[in-house]
Amino acid sequence: MLKRTPLNEAHRAMGAKMVDFGGWDMPVNYGSQIDEHHQVRNDCGMFDVSHMRVVDIKGKGVRDFLRYLLANNVDKLTVPGKALYSCMLLENGGVIDDLIVYFMEEQWFRIVVNAGTADKDIAWMRQQAAEHAKAHPECYAKSEGGAESESCAESEALAPEEAVRRIPNAYLFGDMSQEEAAALIFEKQDEESAEKPPLEIADHPELSIIAIQGPKAKEKLWAAMPGSQQLTEKLAPFSAVVVGTMFIARTGYTGEDGFEVVLPSIAAPYFWNSLADKGVEPCGLGARDTLRLEAGMNLYGQDMDESVNPLESGLAWTVDLKSERDFIGKAALLANPPSRKLVGLVLQDRGVLRGHQKVHTAHGEGEITSGSFSPTLNQSIALARVPQEVQIGDEVQVAIRDKMLTAKVVKYPFARDGKGLI
Amino acid sequence: MSNPNNLKYTASHEWVRSEADGTISIGITQHAQELLGDMVFVETPAVGRKLKAKEECAVVESVKAAADVYAPVSGEVVAVNSELDSAPEKINDDPYAAWMFKMKPDNAADVAALMDAAAYQAVVDSEAH
Repeated sequence: MLKRTPLNEAHRAMGAKMVDFGGWDMPVNYGSQIDEHHQVRNDCGMFDVSHMRVVDIKGKGVRDFLRYLLANNVDKLTVPGKALYSCMLLENGGVIDDLIVYFMEEQWFRIVVNAGTADKDIAWMRQQAAEHAKAHPECYAKSEGGAESESCAESEALAPEEAVRRIPNAYLFGDMSQEEAAALIFEKQDEESAEKPPLEIADHPELSIIAIQGPKAKEKLWAAMPGSQQLTEKLAPFSAVVVGTMFIARTGYTGEDGFEVVLPSIAAPYFWNSLADKGVEPCGLGARDTLRLEAGMNLYGQDMDESVNPLESGLAWTVDLKSERDFIGKAALLANPPSRKLVGLVLQDRGVLRGHQKVHTAHGEGEITSGSFSPTLNQSIALARVPQEVQIGDEVQVAIRDKMLTAKVVKYPFARDGKGLI
Repeated sequence: MSNPNNLKYTASHEWVRSEADGTISIGITQHAQELLGDMVFVETPAVGRKLKAKEECAVVESVKAAADVYAPVSGEVVAVNSELDSAPEKINDDPYAAWMFKMKPDNAADVAALMDAAAYQAVVDSEAH
């Protein structure tokens, strides 16, 4: 039995062609994958990515823990809402998953992980959290009396960020007056008083994620949800804001401007249909794949997995080896300089590059990790793992069926912000 | 779009049209193009190549995947549709007009023995379950 997102019926009603996507019944396209691709590069499209999982990690010591758990350094996150892309590594440097971590507040970080790896990721996080707490109890020590009375004082007046978090969806969609919303927001709420374990790692399968991507994403989002404009118009790229029960991040997987909106599943179909009413075209996972490939973004399970490390996957920029901090996998990365690297390929002959095709270079053999047809460039492109000595501009041979076709090694991304870059 | 009654079909989703000059035109069916999605590349066999029935002889590639096309019967390739080189999307637009190659069959009886539209539809239906 395939798993379904809360938008399954909406997809079918819109004529989606559904496929088994890692155990999920997901839309691959709603007609033409290429039209959907161009729609996102030139205008705006929306994707259901509710199969991805939201994990909240809360408690004193969470920053110390993430500093150790992730290859990128969460100390880069100082402003609430700011996001960071990172890999989570095994001790040997292999990639468990790639993820985005958001700094919500000093004792709360939100992580969005891939669907296929979510259960494995959470088990790993919990195991590492337990070991880290044992090895570094000082990170998790409860604060004494002074701090407690401080937090009691806070509950008297509602903090502005908490007020924003309580904004009801009905107000955002224009179905409630400001006065009614204010009454609800400032209603006295029971404070939680229960003691919590040092670190709470909770996943949220009850949340849905809708990505709105393209140069017109902003205006379309605001048209569908006028109440969100004031709170999102100054949102910097790779930052997020909590608005009512929604979490709106200016992130994406297409190389275009846009948002990824996390919201309660019960509200997802209404939001999806509101966007559709404003002319946002639904786009399937097929277009999402060609968009991310053109944008030079790695796909977990294809471009990297547990058998390779980030340095040989084009992700050195996400690994912080400069700071003193220790993290899982660091020793292995330092001990083993990479002998391979990820490069872009553009096919010079007619045909289509695909994953797992062999690449023959002057310095030895390599392999395509992701390949497809680029609708923006109108030719075939790929990411390939090749020997370190291969240089930009080199010509390589790719074995496609019974032929050897010529491809050129290029610097990627291939396309972003509506334009081809090759 | 239903499968035209005047064509013959194979279980590997090719359609076959008998031409007045004794040759046959071959393309892929509506069902096949729907499964593959947007076409981006077509590779046709060389003219003059002798093919055995069910031999791999052409390739269609969509954004999503590559698929082999098989010779429906034994015979010789006598023409290819080079229009598809620059416009492979014609297969999506009208799969029964977008022929890929023509053959001169070794035995006309082999063509007559291929599936008709109803038999082919049964194959498609059985795949859906």
